[in-house]
Amino acid sequence: MIAPAVAWSMIAPIVIVLGAGVVSVLVEAFVPAKARRIVQLMLAVTAIAGAGIWAMVLAVSRAGTGESAFAGHLLIDPLALFVQVAVAASALVAVFVIADRTADGEDAFTPQAAAAPGSAAEDKARAAGLVQTEVFPLVLFATGGMLAFPAAGDLLTMFVALEVVSLPLYLLTGLARRRRLLSQEASFKYFILGAFASAFFLFGTAWVYGAAGTVNFTDLIYEVTGGDPRLDPLLYAGLAMVVVGLAFKVGAAPFHMWTPDVYQGAPTPVTGFMAACTKIAAFGALVRIVYTVVAPLQWDIGPALWTVTILTMIVGTTVALTQTDVVRMLAYSAIAHAGFVLTGVVSFSSLGISGALFYLFTYGLTTVGAFGVVTLVRARDAQGNIGGEARTLERWRGLGRTSPVLASAMTLFVLAFAGIPLTGGFVGKFAVFAAAFGADAAPLAIVGIACSAVAAFAYVRLIVAMFFAEPTELSAVGVKTEGLTGVAIAISAIATVVLGVWPTPVLDFADKAALLLP
Amino acid sequence: MTHTVALVTAATEVAAAPATGAIALMPLVVAIPLTSAAILLLAGRRSDRWGHLLGVATPIAGFAIALAGLIDMLGHPADGRSFTAVLFTWIPDSPGGLAVEAAMRIDPLSLSFVLLVTFVGALIHIYSIAYMAHDADRRRFFAYLNLFVAAMCLLVLADSFAVLFVGWEGVGLASYLLIGFWNRRTQYAVAAKKAFIANRIGDVGLLVAMGLMVANFGTLDFAGVFAEAGEASTGLATAIGLALLLAACGKSAQFPLQSWLGDAMAGPTPVSALIHAATMVTAGVYLVVRSLPIYVQAPTARLVVVIVGAITLVFGAVVGAAKDDMKKVLAASTMSQIGYMMLAAGLGPVGAAFAIMHLLTHGFFKAGLFLGAGSVMHAMGDQVDARRFGALRRAMPITWVTFMAGWLAILGVPPFAGFWSKDRIIEAAFVGDGAAPWVFGTVALLGAGMTAFYMSRLFFMVFQGKARWTDDAHPHEPSPLMTGPMIVLAVGSVALGWVLSATGFTGWLAPVIGPADHGDPVLHVPVITVATLVLVAAGVALAWRMYAARPVPVLPPPGGRLVRAARADLYQDAVNNELLVKPGGAVVTAAAATDTYVVDGAVRGVAWLAVAVGRVVRLVQNGYVRSYAATMVAGVIVLVAVVLAWRV
Repeated sequence: MIAPAVAWSMIAPIVIVLGAGVVSVLVEAFVPAKARRIVQLMLAVTAIAGAGIWAMVLAVSRAGTGESAFAGHLLIDPLALFVQVAVAASALVAVFVIADRTADGEDAFTPQAAAAPGSAAEDKARAAGLVQTEVFPLVLFATGGMLAFPAAGDLLTMFVALEVVSLPLYLLTGLARRRRLLSQEASFKYFILGAFASAFFLFGTAWVYGAAGTVNFTDLIYEVTGGDPRLDPLLYAGLAMVVVGLAFKVGAAPFHMWTPDVYQGAPTPVTGFMAACTKIAAFGALVRIVYTVVAPLQWDIGPALWTVTILTMIVGTTVALTQTDVVRMLAYSAIAHAGFVLTGVVSFSSLGISGALFYLFTYGLTTVGAFGVVTLVRARDAQGNIGGEARTLERWRGLGRTSPVLASAMTLFVLAFAGIPLTGGFVGKFAVFAAAFGADAAPLAIVGIACSAVAAFAYVRLIVAMFFAEPTELSAVGVKTEGLTGVAIAISAIATVVLGVWPTPVLDFADKAALLLP
Repeated sequence: MTHTVALVTAATEVAAAPATGAIALMPLVVAIPLTSAAILLLAGRRSDRWGHLLGVATPIAGFAIALAGLIDMLGHPADGRSFTAVLFTWIPDSPGGLAVEAAMRIDPLSLSFVLLVTFVGALIHIYSIAYMAHDADRRRFFAYLNLFVAAMCLLVLADSFAVLFVGWEGVGLASYLLIGFWNRRTQYAVAAKKAFIANRIGDVGLLVAMGLMVANFGTLDFAGVFAEAGEASTGLATAIGLALLLAACGKSAQFPLQSWLGDAMAGPTPVSALIHAATMVTAGVYLVVRSLPIYVQAPTARLVVVIVGAITLVFGAVVGAAKDDMKKVLAASTMSQIGYMMLAAGLGPVGAAFAIMHLLTHGFFKAGLFLGAGSVMHAMGDQVDARRFGALRRAMPITWVTFMAGWLAILGVPPFAGFWSKDRIIEAAFVGDGAAPWVFGTVALLGAGMTAFYMSRLFFMVFQGKARWTDDAHPHEPSPLMTGPMIVLAVGSVALGWVLSATGFTGWLAPVIGPADHGDPVLHVPVITVATLVLVAAGVALAWRMYAARPVPVLPPPGGRLVRAARADLYQDAVNNELLVKPGGAVVTAAAATDTYVVDGAVRGVAWLAVAVGRVVRLVQNGYVRSYAATMVAGVIVLVAVVLAWRV
């Protein structure tokens, strides 16, 4: 057997980030503790930015064509490249939030993950001012998986990418500096449920292989349309289970239940990273499966996807209304957004793809910004000492008075989530709903419009609390940091506005990306 | 009497030319106040000293540009007065997709509106300098006012429903910020929230209408939509028309989404004058008139528009007659007058021109009345209870005279402004076949009498009779910065109706909304005019007997059932609470409960499943993972079942 030809330039974005992850592990081992953080940060930023720029250059220079690398196991087509650029953009901003420290040098992560919460070892580590930088290699590995996820050319590669994304995230979830029990619990829940979902994905893959004799997307299309009809039930059930595995990752109902707990327990910078980048990458993979293998079966699997879409929008929207914890509210809102993106995905049209892709691009950047704000809004005790994050709505009262810039940024982000014009959120909603209207999926779009109108109340509650309520003694304050989060919030805010006012370049890019191999 | 009225005269859609000359400058009308708002908000406290001056300058500049545009436009022939100015491509074209240009349409309709917004806006900005002089946040107030002017101009200048929606949300946001401007007081924040909710319901209507346009016409440009609408089926046109009406109801406080307007009076009075009387609340009327080519295809939708207008007209008048809060009376009156406009707009081309004309005259006299009310509040230490006023005519002669001009204008006494516009609407309501003209004509006619009663009641209670002031009140005229705009608006209240009629305003609008061939009312025109004036006189006389000839009690008398109902806004909040808030809350609670209990519980019922999953559970000291996983299993089973069932 001869080794397959590898198109190195096509897979460079993935190789760069995963390679940087490996180097990053070496940095942990060999670079002195003092210099470690800055080296890690530079490495991560350079690798992710480099990967994003490389993917963008590829997308522009290949102008709408694609190529398979690794003998069809990876498909580097415009869809994959768009998703890679979007993941890199959001990940880059998220790394800023992850790396930031408060003015007195405290980051969001536990000083010693191995120490039991509340133990003497933990106190000692805290007193010694230990700072762990393992988050950087973990983030790099997860990002590498996210870059490969939408480019997978067969179900097994996709599964490997899924696991490469997930495993570092399970760990990252458990690393919170404060409320460590909650964080560890969330990590464990995420792991169990994630493994459960992966099992469905893998089991579905096995069934598909049993029915079709292949897991390669290109070959599957022929099998789906012209295979042995007696094996159809096996094939369809298998594909449905594969879709379930991905629906778990994007947080679609009824596979969404991990989302609020994990978002709440994880260190908030990690939550921002997960909410944005994982969702973008998983949707990229979902689009690939839905538009290659499932598309010929849209009359069979379509109703199930419609059910999931409608359920996701309704659950996310209604439950978000009753939340009093800002992070949980954002988590349910993330579920609702998954439903809105699904509206574009299940409309089975190229406009649906480009609408969904644009939506993800703008949603990712806005989400990172919103969680960035949450990391800075801190509780204050009677002596005026600043503590952990203040997440209850009650404590956000009067933030507009005490930290007007933070409150204004958050207002912009939630207005974008609500789909108010001149924000990227509006153009995204416009694109997916217009696609649904244009593709005989008007009921989905109408449910979507109604849900986004209702969801606005959840957001307006936050705005009312920030601007129309008096600050109390318990009210949170903005914490001073080294400034990286501020940079991230500024980038997110600018992107949110620019994508609303002048979305043309990104929409054009997304239109061209609605072209899949094969 | 012949009924050969061409009710359905298709609005002539004139091909729009690229904007040139002064008309090409119109985008600046949006850009200038927007820039100013940004500067004022970003510069912060540093601009406190000169911020209000910048804020005042921008609507004046906007008005100058609009005036130059008007002169330029008058130089073109009547059928060549439609121009577009393309700014940039907002959402690019894609195969089978939907392109949206960020473009502006400058035609007689939009230009009339821009002139109103910038002129009245400029006056109210000037007034606010003095009115808000003692507020530490005056600069921020001007920033919001500028933001509003920019958004309102964008709304009316838009060349597509998508761009219109941007302005639509923009005015909503500005209104929200301004109602809640004094956000230190809780009830103001509540009012702001209520306005937000009503507007969101309206937004759903606009979005659904836009969705239907995209699905069926493949475009959102006015030109494209209206061209396609000519061939659209009646059912489709009706659906779009009703969805647009829902949007208009939210924005214009029409039945059944009217409840927010009264509470919105909590904002500073100049805001009430500009946004909640002269401009923003009339955006719904603009939307309906602009979309006339769609309504022309949908008689049912038009009928519903007329019915909504008629109901709101009476509703506002009844509420207005019972309120003692001066600003709430004016708010109810605004609701009622917009009901007139809505009714006229729903009549189609025969009434639409008069709807816009009444919109303009109402913009003047209602803004004048609000500024007068602001002047009274300013003099009386921010009191609003008309029962504690009286005899202010001597203490505040300028306010008295300007308020009187607005009062006579809204009554429709010739030759004041309202006579020229409202009387025509009443005539138009009498045009048609069958029972409809009798019903709507009579409602419009009675509405005129009721308007006369409640406005006279307010006028007499505030300015005539004996003084019933609280002890600490020392009324005085405000500064010339406040009286100046009031005088200008009073002049408009006197003369604008006549000027518009004499200069052929309906003919000016004809290229946009079709010729306003009046048709023959079912009654002779002089009969209608005389009947209207008789009813108005009766209303004034009744108010005089009750509120000027007799002393007015300082505390409101208990009143009959209807009075009590009207004081409670005809129980609109209670109705909303029962119909919307409670079921909505129940649905949410149920959904939340379903999420935690029902799904969980139902799944637990499947014993073997629970056992199978239970093995995983023992690993964690937490019951929830079990149910999460079980939900997933249930989801998978249902999903696979659906897929396979569909196959069979």
